[in-house]
Amino acid sequence: MKEISRRDFVKASGALVVCFSAAELLHPFAQAQGPFDTHPSHIDPEKLDSWLAVGSDGVVTAYTGKCDFGQGMYTVQTQLVAEELCVPIGKVKLVQCDTSVTPDQGTTSGSQSTPTNFNARNLAQAAATAREALAAMAAQKLSVPADQLTIENGVVSAKNGRHVSYGELVGGRHFEITLNPAAKRRLPSEWKVLGKPIPSVDRTALMTGSFEFVHNVQTPGMVHGRVVRPPEIGAAVASVDEESVRNIPGLLKVVVRKNFIGVVAEKQWQAAQAAKMLKVTWNPGSGLPPQKDFYDYLRKQPSRDVMVVNSKDVDDKLKSATRVLKATYVHPYQAHGSIGASCAVADVRADRATIWSATQSVYPTQHGVSTLTGLPLDNVRVIFVRGAGCYGLNAADTVTYDAALLSQAVGRPVRVQLTRHDEFISENYGAACVIEQQAAVAANGAIDAWHCETWTASHGGRPDYNHPGNVITGMLAGFEPETITAQAAVEPIGELHNRNNAVPSYLAGCVDGKCGGAGTIRSERVLTHTVNSPFFTGPLRSPVRLQNTFAHECFMDEISAHIKADPVAYRLQHLRDTRVSDVVKAAAKAANWDARPSPKASSARSGTVTGRGIACVAYEGDNGYAALVAEVEVDQSTGAVQPRRFVVAHDCGPISNPDGVRNQIEGGVLQGTSRALGEEITWDEHSVTSTDWESYHSLSLGFPVPAIDCVLIDRPDAKAAGAGETAITLSAAAIGNAIFDATGARLREVPFTPARVKVALAAREGGHTA
Amino acid sequence: MPGISLKVNGHVHTVDVDPETPLLYVLSDELHLRGPKFGCGLAQCGSCTVLVQGQPERSCVLPVSAVKQREVTTLEGLGTLEKPHAIQQAFIDEGAAQCGFCLSGVILTAKVLIDENPKASDEQIRESMSSILCRCFAHGRMVRAIKRYQRSRA
Repeated sequence: MKEISRRDFVKASGALVVCFSAAELLHPFAQAQGPFDTHPSHIDPEKLDSWLAVGSDGVVTAYTGKCDFGQGMYTVQTQLVAEELCVPIGKVKLVQCDTSVTPDQGTTSGSQSTPTNFNARNLAQAAATAREALAAMAAQKLSVPADQLTIENGVVSAKNGRHVSYGELVGGRHFEITLNPAAKRRLPSEWKVLGKPIPSVDRTALMTGSFEFVHNVQTPGMVHGRVVRPPEIGAAVASVDEESVRNIPGLLKVVVRKNFIGVVAEKQWQAAQAAKMLKVTWNPGSGLPPQKDFYDYLRKQPSRDVMVVNSKDVDDKLKSATRVLKATYVHPYQAHGSIGASCAVADVRADRATIWSATQSVYPTQHGVSTLTGLPLDNVRVIFVRGAGCYGLNAADTVTYDAALLSQAVGRPVRVQLTRHDEFISENYGAACVIEQQAAVAANGAIDAWHCETWTASHGGRPDYNHPGNVITGMLAGFEPETITAQAAVEPIGELHNRNNAVPSYLAGCVDGKCGGAGTIRSERVLTHTVNSPFFTGPLRSPVRLQNTFAHECFMDEISAHIKADPVAYRLQHLRDTRVSDVVKAAAKAANWDARPSPKASSARSGTVTGRGIACVAYEGDNGYAALVAEVEVDQSTGAVQPRRFVVAHDCGPISNPDGVRNQIEGGVLQGTSRALGEEITWDEHSVTSTDWESYHSLSLGFPVPAIDCVLIDRPDAKAAGAGETAITLSAAAIGNAIFDATGARLREVPFTPARVKVALAAREGGHTA
Repeated sequence: MPGISLKVNGHVHTVDVDPETPLLYVLSDELHLRGPKFGCGLAQCGSCTVLVQGQPERSCVLPVSAVKQREVTTLEGLGTLEKPHAIQQAFIDEGAAQCGFCLSGVILTAKVLIDENPKASDEQIRESMSSILCRCFAHGRMVRAIKRYQRSRA
């Protein structure tokens, strides 16, 4: 066995990310070894030593390509390793997302971290492989068959009392074996660490201000950069007057690369002053379509179309039905709006680069930085350091590119801090959507056919490995964003793909004779149109799934109201997937659901009234299940909506950490509430006008927080599923349905601002009497 | 340029900066403190909050020269990893964070409110916290933590 050098390397540089020494970059880059998830990396995921190392003190260092942004992945992956290896949680040290030491697990996104590292492969399988290998070594050492040994706290013991510790067996040496796909995972019934509400391990450091965020990274010789973004969408640089900032003390350089402009100064305040005072002449931008007609504009654009499901009898059913319901729902662009404007530190030298970044994708970012700087891929090291919560794709990637470009220009480490304005005017917003629904209702009240057609605005997105132009800095520096090419839909083949939740839960989802949907409705057609967006877009938490679910779940409510059915019973009548119906039943039970049709007959047409609404989802078809009951109060004189209580029933398979899941659910429901009640990107003819927290409305800590009750359904035998995007998917729908229940007014446009609520109230049948 | 003298978390520092420099940049870049953070730079979110002579201030818009002899306390000046302050312990006990970036504003603002008015009503707590944002929306846990601290002071 060879001595472990990588562990020492991590000890020297991984934990204290500021202590990078140039020597490290010269050696650890071997040739790429085979495909893994999305891309080959030099760290071979088939080798156990790529995932785990055991020190002579018994401390287990684990390497993961899935990182923690505050969603709890650090804690839960630590639990996973401790569980599979039978060591106390305090004996596990997790190293996250560093292109020099962790395997390439692509991007931490899409509620895929738990499925990726807890299901069949990867981190969990590595830990199980290690446990079995250690047991086999102990069997040899103790001359006892492995199946007669017990393992506890990193010590392997025989019945005769002899024992040996992990540190004694392998401490400080490589395992030199490959991952064993047959290594037995510990069963949920055996769990001692997983499944427990372990407090998040970063908690005390966060509360006492000692936790290191990327904003806190300091490197020797570091200077400060700021950027100057185009004032209008599509504006190009005509000229830059460097004389205008000549008198700023400490200014090191004005950097211009095509339409990218940045300044570098010794101190942050100097850089901020220079960015503010630099005179740039811009050619006019491309102009923007008027916001007031934007949803109509969206529907008229050339589009890339996908027919998700098509039973081919929907038009006939809609024509012949006695009752056909139609409704159109719209959802605005919304911001990730991280609380901390994004920041990154880059040290780009002539032959190599080291990057400290809050990116969700260290390996793709390594590729992006390599492309932008022209440095060989293997000479770029990207080290993840946590930033403010990102919820999808905030400006972490783009500010990383900013820092790399500015550092390369000055040959020194540069820290770039974006301003709130920089980030708000050009982040990758959650997509604006139009969703049109039609349903035919049979004589017996059941839904006979359902047609859904969606229009989604898209432009750029994650830069991934090959598209640095998908975020603003890459585009400004001359790389093209991915655009949408118009393409007609073809008939679906193979199996149902419902990753975007374009297919409502009530449809059978039949493709090629196999029905992968959660529901019973067999006359079904779902057609999606993706059109070019004037703004960058990105996967804001529950991307498009939230928008689609808002429309599906509100429309389901409209149908049940039309036939005067109870919304819970009517949903259950059209559901086939028991994991969806189970969360609906559990939420209704916990909320003490008042079973009756909506709207509430006793509600007055004026004053403050209350109502309840429900919504449910099979997230991405099969990646987590949730139902939400919202109870709201509506002040009909002002149009103000105040949620009073939320009840969530949630099923993400086996629960790794109940406290972590609850934290995600509570935060998700409330973030969804903020998005439902106030969040909307606004613009004029040339540029975005929601540029700060006064013009973009996020619910503050002064918001009366409703009670949020969580019912967690544990399914130890199911596959692990995501829990970060389920609950948020339901807030707008459940609140919208509750407003209808309270008032009889239907909100089909998010956010439900008081002004929009008042318009909906005035449009009620029988007129407005408030 | 003569240095500017500052008392932060009980220690006196002299820094050589433009007097107009926001206090936040001095705390972060010169004194390497991690508690106060750049959230918006507009005094709209609270992430940069520090206590100046015991009162919450937004350090992103406060020129360092305006601090003068007044004592500055940051989140790390309240308690330590080993011995968190009672309000920090209340937040730990309630698990009242996700990413934790906003905590300086949340914890320091709440501390001053409860210390000055231990019997603050829910309405008064909301009023005091109404200019603070948490984008992970850990609001429920944070309110519970504030009330836990309030109970510990009763």
